[in-house]
Amino acid sequence: MAKKVFGRPKSLKENIFHYCPGCGHSIAHRLIAEVIDELGIRGITIGVPPAGCAVLAYNYFDFDMIEAPHGRGPAMATGIKRTLSDRVVFSYQGDGDLAAIGIAESFHAANRGENISVIFINNAVYGMTGGQMAPTTMLEQKTTTTPAGRHKTLDGYPVKVCELFSPLKGVTYVERCTVTSPANINKTRKAIKKAFQCQLDSLGFSLVEILSPCPTNWKMMPIDSCKWIDEVMSKEFPLGMFKDNITQEKKIAEAV
Amino acid sequence: MNKVLMSGNNIIGEAAIRAGCRFYAGYPITPQNELTEYMANHMRNTPDGVFIQSESEIAAINMIAGASAAGARVMTSSSSPGISLKQEGISSMAACELPGIIVNIMRGGPGLGNIRPSQGDYFQATRGGGHGDYRTIVFAPATCQELADLTMDAFDLADKYRSPVMILADGMMGQMMEPVVFKKPKARIYSEKFILQGAGTGKSKFIRGLILDAIDMEEHNWKLARKYKIIAENEIRYEEHQIEDAQMVIVAYGTAARIAKGAIKRLRDNGLKVGLFRPITLWPFPELNLRALSAKVKNFLVFEMSTGQMLDDVRLSLQGYAKIDFHGRPGGAVPTPSELANVIARNYDKND
Ligand SMILES: Cc1ncc(C[n+]2csc(CCOP(=O)(O)OP(=O)(O)O)c2C)c(N)n1
Ligand code: SF4
Repeated sequence: MAKKVFGRPKSLKENIFHYCPGCGHSIAHRLIAEVIDELGIRGITIGVPPAGCAVLAYNYFDFDMIEAPHGRGPAMATGIKRTLSDRVVFSYQGDGDLAAIGIAESFHAANRGENISVIFINNAVYGMTGGQMAPTTMLEQKTTTTPAGRHKTLDGYPVKVCELFSPLKGVTYVERCTVTSPANINKTRKAIKKAFQCQLDSLGFSLVEILSPCPTNWKMMPIDSCKWIDEVMSKEFPLGMFKDNITQEKKIAEAV
Repeated sequence: MNKVLMSGNNIIGEAAIRAGCRFYAGYPITPQNELTEYMANHMRNTPDGVFIQSESEIAAINMIAGASAAGARVMTSSSSPGISLKQEGISSMAACELPGIIVNIMRGGPGLGNIRPSQGDYFQATRGGGHGDYRTIVFAPATCQELADLTMDAFDLADKYRSPVMILADGMMGQMMEPVVFKKPKARIYSEKFILQGAGTGKSKFIRGLILDAIDMEEHNWKLARKYKIIAENEIRYEEHQIEDAQMVIVAYGTAARIAKGAIKRLRDNGLKVGLFRPITLWPFPELNLRALSAKVKNFLVFEMSTGQMLDDVRLSLQGYAKIDFHGRPGGAVPTPSELANVIARNYDKND
């Protein structure tokens, strides 16, 4: 009998994504669903989608979900996780959601070392509201609210979430990835799996940042969007591991 | 059960824990810090109890929303400026039909105002406060015993109607000490089908307030409206005090009603027949019950520690049925019973 090597993850519903062609959200969704299947945690996972293009994530993910107001995902995830400590709880957030309106909730959930995971989609714009400047918008990048390009003295600088969060003692695992090639996609899947495993082992806060194309608001073709991430965006937001205290935290946990 | 002497803020905390509250999040603000501190001292010693000092009131309300969705009985507390910050979350809980208790120990406002007792948040509490077409049940306790009883009842009503419930008191009530008896809490009735705990091997669920289709959103609004109608028909509470022979009735709630009772005692000692109508639920407001009084009393005076907010509801009840006067002391000034008695006496015989 032929062995099935590729199929739709069980943790994804049959619905068709509403995301634009070439959008990174679709890939990120699939990766999360694959990891949840692999870990066999569909039945104990509770996801918190954001206000943002992924607001309808519950139409795609086939596990329990609750919508958070814009930016408040980590606070809501905190409430859920503290109540049901043996469930896997994650928030899924865009850059506006996490690094602008919700920076306080994200930062303090991380600082408390909440045993939750955050999947952070950095697409350098506000996708849902039509391509305005995000905290992660690059200098000189044109958006609908920086028509002449992001100006450093007038608009400030791109916020680097991994760099900001990884020094916090409550944070166990932080990695920045992208989805611009099969190799990068595989790395991202591994990072998501590591984050969820970190939570399953009760080792503390984990965050995976995914540099993610938004061809629509970047006004680029999907291929060019990937190129722009590889050649421009990832210079400002370098890919890689920012913190991995998993082994260390495990030792501490085992010693106790 | 024995009587215990406790301050208002502590009573709310103790009643909440006895009622089964197992998740509390809050951010310090005077004059309600004792409540947050009480929860800090007691929640973590309670099995399954969670206490979090949140980074803001916004975080606190969203934490309790999450914990509520996950099946806990939840509470947050604050005072006026912090309650303003919670409004987005309260609106969201109303939309998602999540039960939870929000305590507002009001202080002077607007803005940072001051930390003196005030009743300036009546509009915010009873008109929704946050955005959108929703209502919040609002309890206005006037004694320490009521703080205990209504806090417990608030949890039951929040579950029954899957709705946020607000306890609206002021700095005076928070600090006041009186002996109380904690009643036996009722067993919780709340269906598992509303709780997110992971899908197990079954069908997944989601909780959301975003409804993009206008007709579906309209139906959700009407569904909520039908629920609010049932609440309005069944949950109204009020107290009538010395109204049997009253020629004039004071309408007041919370601390203002306590002051009014003191004033009424003085006035009755001098032969003036004055009574009190005290709404205990501010929403739903006891509109028809108040109107019924106008069959025998034609002279009403609303007394509030504000420039006149509940006054609007009294007008909706009594306009065209009786004469309505108003006395207000906003901004944290708390009048004495004799000051109020003088005001009432001046209005007592006025019939035009
Ligand atoms: C309190 C509040 N303010 C503003 C909005 C409007 N809003 C919805 S999503 C969004 C930004 C989304 O951008 P991002 O978080 O980067 O996610 P993306 O859509 O790019 O995935 C905004 C401003 C809102 N829903 N709530
Ligand atoms: S606007 Fe951008 S982020 Fe939103 S769905 Fe389209 S491509 Fe994706």
